[in-house]
Amino acid sequence: MKYMLLIHQGDTPTPRDPEAWSRLSEDEQKEVYGAYQAINETPGVSSGVQMQPPETATTVRVQDGKTLTTDGPFVAIKEALGGYLFFEADDLDAAIELAARIPAARMGGAIEVRPIGER
Amino acid sequence: MLANLIGYLGDFELAEEAAQEAFAIAAERWPRDGTPANPRAWLVTTARNRAVDRIRRDRTLAAKTRLLDVPETVEDEIEETTIPDERLELIFTCCHPALALDAQVALTLRTLGGLRTDEIARAFLVEEATMAKRLVRAKGKIGAAGIPFRVPPAHLLPDRLAAVLAVVYLIFNEGYGGRGELAAEAIRLGRALTELMPDEPEARGLLALMLVNDARREARFADGTLVLLRDQDRSLWDHDQIADGRAELDRALALGGRGPYALQAALASLHAEEPQDWPQIAALYGELARLTGSPIADLNRAVAVAETGEAEAALALVERLELDRYHYLHATRAELLRRLDRVEDAHAAYGRALKLVRSEAERRFLEQRRAELRD
Repeated sequence: MKYMLLIHQGDTPTPRDPEAWSRLSEDEQKEVYGAYQAINETPGVSSGVQMQPPETATTVRVQDGKTLTTDGPFVAIKEALGGYLFFEADDLDAAIELAARIPAARMGGAIEVRPIGER
Repeated sequence: MLANLIGYLGDFELAEEAAQEAFAIAAERWPRDGTPANPRAWLVTTARNRAVDRIRRDRTLAAKTRLLDVPETVEDEIEETTIPDERLELIFTCCHPALALDAQVALTLRTLGGLRTDEIARAFLVEEATMAKRLVRAKGKIGAAGIPFRVPPAHLLPDRLAAVLAVVYLIFNEGYGGRGELAAEAIRLGRALTELMPDEPEARGLLALMLVNDARREARFADGTLVLLRDQDRSLWDHDQIADGRAELDRALALGGRGPYALQAALASLHAEEPQDWPQIAALYGELARLTGSPIADLNRAVAVAETGEAEAALALVERLELDRYHYLHATRAELLRRLDRVEDAHAAYGRALKLVRSEAERRFLEQRRAELRD
């Protein structure tokens, strides 16, 4: 089975918000980098391309043939997608275990596990 | 049989259809040709063959090719013992935490309990179409999301077993509120779990708990009104079943069981004694509250404390609890206030409980108690 893991940062401190990030100790920061590195090196994982933060998003709708744009992501900033990766795994349990290792899952965000293809 | 087919086919819908087809063929052939030596094996083999035929016919299902590697089996040749019992794999799949709890319950009753969709819908007071949709969605997710059909590995087992036991206990409690057929179904499931996992103390604890509580069922209601434990007619209790439950509890304790279900079974057993050992009961509820963090265990501890004669202390315990939406909290407060002769406060507390209560039998009981206040 192939899964897409959608990373929602929520309240997770990230380096993109230097103030929040600086509130983590150096050890905690290292741990976050280390965890992401370990995930990217896990067999079956193919990491997604880097996404700029949700604040840079533009949302597009078409009404009566007219293109309308709004500033920001489709959902609220906090709920917006922060990153993603793909994981080739035996089953959902394996994907859930990988998701639980993503730092955002325990730091105020959440990971959505989506099966892809095969249907 | 269904468990085995689902395990073999990896697809709930296909397994159910194949099982139905096999039964239809049996209904036609057995009266004519005689019943085969191993009816279950015959049914499973026939269903498997039908399912494989169906997949072969339908090339859009070619993704499921692992089935096509299986050599053709010849009906009647398969031995009963070669068909593994896969009910345990099935219940862990049905109670997977990636499914919504109501879907876990419905799926368990459907596939392991063999209840029909309309029966499950009636038991949970929802429209049959709603229940059918819920089941289809759950079965679809199992396939599409890759929920595994297996007993979880050791590092996942404690959490996942807890989820399975919670589903069975939820089914039991739905039945305990008055719909008896669900309670009986939950006991059957609980017994199957102890057979499938004989060394799991909590599975035995849950079975013991359900057996002892269910043994008092006939005495819990009189003319559709709830009867409190102390007012129950003990001659209506099923004493054999209580003994069965206590034997299960002893096995759970011998296996080192000190978990929430073993504790609750011990409490149910103590409640069935005469006279009741209230200090011991209060202590066990304290232990249960510590273990589970459940304010309901604290509420029960308060009731036990009241029974030792300490109504004032019990009321203080109750008033610390954050269970405002729970009708038992208000019913308990009302009882304690009544004992302390605070009639007006008791009246108001019964009123609050009556606003929240769902079961008709409990409503009548509370109305009766409130009416007695004025006497």
